[in-house]
Amino acid sequence: MKELICISCPRGCHLEIREQGDSWQITGNSCPRGIAYARQEVSDPRRIVTAVVPCKNPEHPFVAVRTDLPCPKAMIPGLLNRLYRTEVKKSIKNGDIVLKNVDNSGISVIVTENI
Amino acid sequence: MIYDTAIIGAGATGAATAYFLGKYRQKTVLLEAGFEVCSGISKANSGIVHGGFHHPADSLKTKLELRGNRLIAQLHRELHFPYLKCGILVVAYSDNELPALQELYQRGLANGIKIEYCSRERLFALEEKLHESAVAGFFVPEGGTIEPYMMVFALVENALKNGVALQCGFKVVSGTRKDGIWHLTAADGREVKARYIVNAAGLYADDVSGALGGESFKITPRKGEEYLLDRTSAGRPSKVIFPVPVKHSKGVLVIPTAGGTTMIGPTAEMVDDKSDTATTAENFKKILHLTRNMVNGISAGDLITSFAGLRPVHESEDFYIAPSQKVPALIQAAGIQSPGLTASPAIGEYIVELLQSSGLTLEEDPEFDGTLPPRLESRNISDKELSELCRRDPAWGNIICRCEKISEAEIIEAVKRGHTTVDGVKFYTRAGMGRCQGGFCSGKVLQIISKHSGIPMEKLTKKGGSSTILAGSLGDLEVK
Amino acid sequence: MKYDTIIIGAGAAGLACGTICAQAGCAVLIIDREEQAGGILNQCIHNGFGLRYFKEELTGPEFAYKMVQKAQRSGVELALASTVTGIKKLADGTFEVRVLSAKNGVQHLHAASIVLAMGCRERTRGAIGTAGERPAGIFTAGAAQKLLNREGKLPGKSAVIVGSGDIGLIMARRLRWCGIQVNAVIEIMPYTAGLTRNVVQCLHDFDIPLHLSTSVIRINGKERVESVVAAPLDTSRKPLLQNSFTIPCDSVLFSVGLIPEMELARELGVKVNPLTCGAEVDSMYMTSVPGVFSAGNVLHVHDLVDFVAEEAEYAGKCVIDYLAGCRPVGEYSAINGSNLKYVVPSRFLPSQASRFLFRPTAVYDQAVLKAVANGNEVWHKKLSFVRPAEMIIADIPAGILKNDTTFLLEEI
Repeated sequence: MKELICISCPRGCHLEIREQGDSWQITGNSCPRGIAYARQEVSDPRRIVTAVVPCKNPEHPFVAVRTDLPCPKAMIPGLLNRLYRTEVKKSIKNGDIVLKNVDNSGISVIVTENI
Repeated sequence: MIYDTAIIGAGATGAATAYFLGKYRQKTVLLEAGFEVCSGISKANSGIVHGGFHHPADSLKTKLELRGNRLIAQLHRELHFPYLKCGILVVAYSDNELPALQELYQRGLANGIKIEYCSRERLFALEEKLHESAVAGFFVPEGGTIEPYMMVFALVENALKNGVALQCGFKVVSGTRKDGIWHLTAADGREVKARYIVNAAGLYADDVSGALGGESFKITPRKGEEYLLDRTSAGRPSKVIFPVPVKHSKGVLVIPTAGGTTMIGPTAEMVDDKSDTATTAENFKKILHLTRNMVNGISAGDLITSFAGLRPVHESEDFYIAPSQKVPALIQAAGIQSPGLTASPAIGEYIVELLQSSGLTLEEDPEFDGTLPPRLESRNISDKELSELCRRDPAWGNIICRCEKISEAEIIEAVKRGHTTVDGVKFYTRAGMGRCQGGFCSGKVLQIISKHSGIPMEKLTKKGGSSTILAGSLGDLEVK
Repeated sequence: MKYDTIIIGAGAAGLACGTICAQAGCAVLIIDREEQAGGILNQCIHNGFGLRYFKEELTGPEFAYKMVQKAQRSGVELALASTVTGIKKLADGTFEVRVLSAKNGVQHLHAASIVLAMGCRERTRGAIGTAGERPAGIFTAGAAQKLLNREGKLPGKSAVIVGSGDIGLIMARRLRWCGIQVNAVIEIMPYTAGLTRNVVQCLHDFDIPLHLSTSVIRINGKERVESVVAAPLDTSRKPLLQNSFTIPCDSVLFSVGLIPEMELARELGVKVNPLTCGAEVDSMYMTSVPGVFSAGNVLHVHDLVDFVAEEAEYAGKCVIDYLAGCRPVGEYSAINGSNLKYVVPSRFLPSQASRFLFRPTAVYDQAVLKAVANGNEVWHKKLSFVRPAEMIIADIPAGILKNDTTFLLEEI
């Protein structure tokens, strides 16, 4: 059994998830959003990853970036380690792509500020 | 190079000695164990310029305290460190305390100081914030508060200006005397040779005396916790407020600091460890309770920070300032606890006399300049002057520490004067000393220190040694 | 040069307020000490901003960028890298602002009105009087955030976070994402001070231990932090010293509350509400000094920047009204009652719909917010999942509330 707190709304339902063959039995939710949240969390948890990457501009030694899509949790450490070694050019703007289609995941890393 | 005199310890006593030796054609070196000058007990204390009523007239302590009080006023004018000469109010808060108050008042009279006995009415006329329970007191106008490190910095700066040498990080571990010359060795292997030694090593004066084969004595730390309140505190009095003192301590005070904040404290507790400067929750409660019954408007909500200092207590509970009886050419200056800061300039002067009577020949240096220019501070200069400074150096217009309004130029100046630690810069400029405690400016201060000292940011420390502020750069650690 | 309004602070509040005023044709100057507009948003590189105000999920810098763009398009003038060191009210009711900058030295600028939008600062270890030693390695969460996100510098290799405010929680995740261990988050209250989604995504995701009803009683370390000692609190909130435990770490991050940066305003004589630590404002978000307005975190500490921007837009509309000669006449007062830390604003006009913001002090699953006057309930609203971390907003139509209305919160 796995326990989760649903973050779909401020209510924060405590969900209990039991594996039943090929499907999941989810209890503790107050609305359908809890079911959807729990399914996603147990089958394919993903997060938007935000970070900073080194930048050649001495005034802005680091630039804020994020993934354009939620990233599978297992991919996150590797992606971050790679980002910290990825230097971007001196002048860069909101939406510029730092890493494209990381490991064929369909996920790209984009800049979130203007330098 | 053989120095005439090596002073061990760049606290108030050592700095004052260096300052007075700077008046003569002398080769003097000031040796400091810490990373920067004034990094020990002279940094962390109440900063009171005492009025000369706590100790009997015939004692060396009183003589030096009274002389020091006058010298501080004079040095403040010549060296331009802040001195808030606000006067001292000693207050009895119950009739039981009146006999002790009387005794102290009589002592002040006997010591020949300006002193005024105050009725309850007069007390409140002098300080309307006093707690209702005040019954009587006395006022000593010749006293107040300094920022102790500011005085030490100024004394050292002036000494350097007059040819004194300075070596920091010089922790004396041994000293031998051969053919009339002392050979001092530091923990890091450095050596200094000098004809005379002044032991002004504060808490470690006992260890230094031991290392030089001098008298064996013990310095025990007596800890004092202090709590600083925001400059907007309603509890800031216009004078230093003393209670009637208790044994071994002048009691817990309410102190309007020269920097504009209000300080409450200190406690007085013997401790074993010479590096124990921890504060405790119980003592904060105690100090808050005591001072709230002394002055109205003191609130825990105004607390900005706390610290603890250690008083170096000699077995005799007195100053021990004398030529060594065991080894030649060594002046001991130990046990300089309260009123040691007040007395320190007079102690420096006295040590020079002792050196002279021990055989050091002193010839006045006609080129001696006992002044320092006033420090430029963007918060204290006229708009016109400030705009002019900005035109010449834009760093004057760049406020780094918003709470204390310290400009980039002032921080650069501190770095140029050798303050390359965060605490060193803080004590020299007040950057990071205000209500946000560096929350907003610490990153910028690190950058400025790094840029102007050439030390990489990762190597910068709070106070030397292994007190590094940062633990590396992004990417140094593997994300798992 | 004379401005219709000078806004102090180019964070979300200042930019939102300035945009509204400039769109209405006012001459607006926003002054900020940083070189970049956007305020603290620029160091909040995480996502979760803007869902309400921009209807899309943004990171802090993205939110800031959109705000700056809006402001620039509206014709707002920005004075960056400029510090306001004083504000004076002149005899004719206008204001003189003293500004210091590297570029222009000291300037005295004039405006018909002032908006205080300076935001807040973090409460520090010193301010809460945490006992122990004073080694290197002690940071406020925001200072550590700035070091990491703007300078790429690590504040430590293994940390303890004191306080479970949102910045502390966000920093727990950030530290982990930089390879830094987070050994514990310690909170004196029996509940977290931050939003649930942050507890889940920043602590649960990383199995970071959260100690509720626990206090740090000592910091150890002569030169660099070596450990903290924590103790659980008994029911009277005293530490149970016999149950204390030591957590090794080389850094401590404090996330123990925010305080409005009101010092400039205090010097101007603006009356401070002791409950919010911000200015006391009337129905026009005007402070006790006529012509001086306040909005955003310098007025009261918000949990979402979206609310800051909304509030500041409203204040901007009030500035426009003020400049057109409007003054609040016939205001009623609103009082905060049980289970509410404060109500903002504390005065309102009965003839118009009003928005009130409340900070609850209790945790309730179901509650009712009531407005009571002369002992009679005049209005109520049912609420679910009330938490101190989440501000309550009530929009109340005109004509319902009486003078001296007391708002209170009850569990149901």
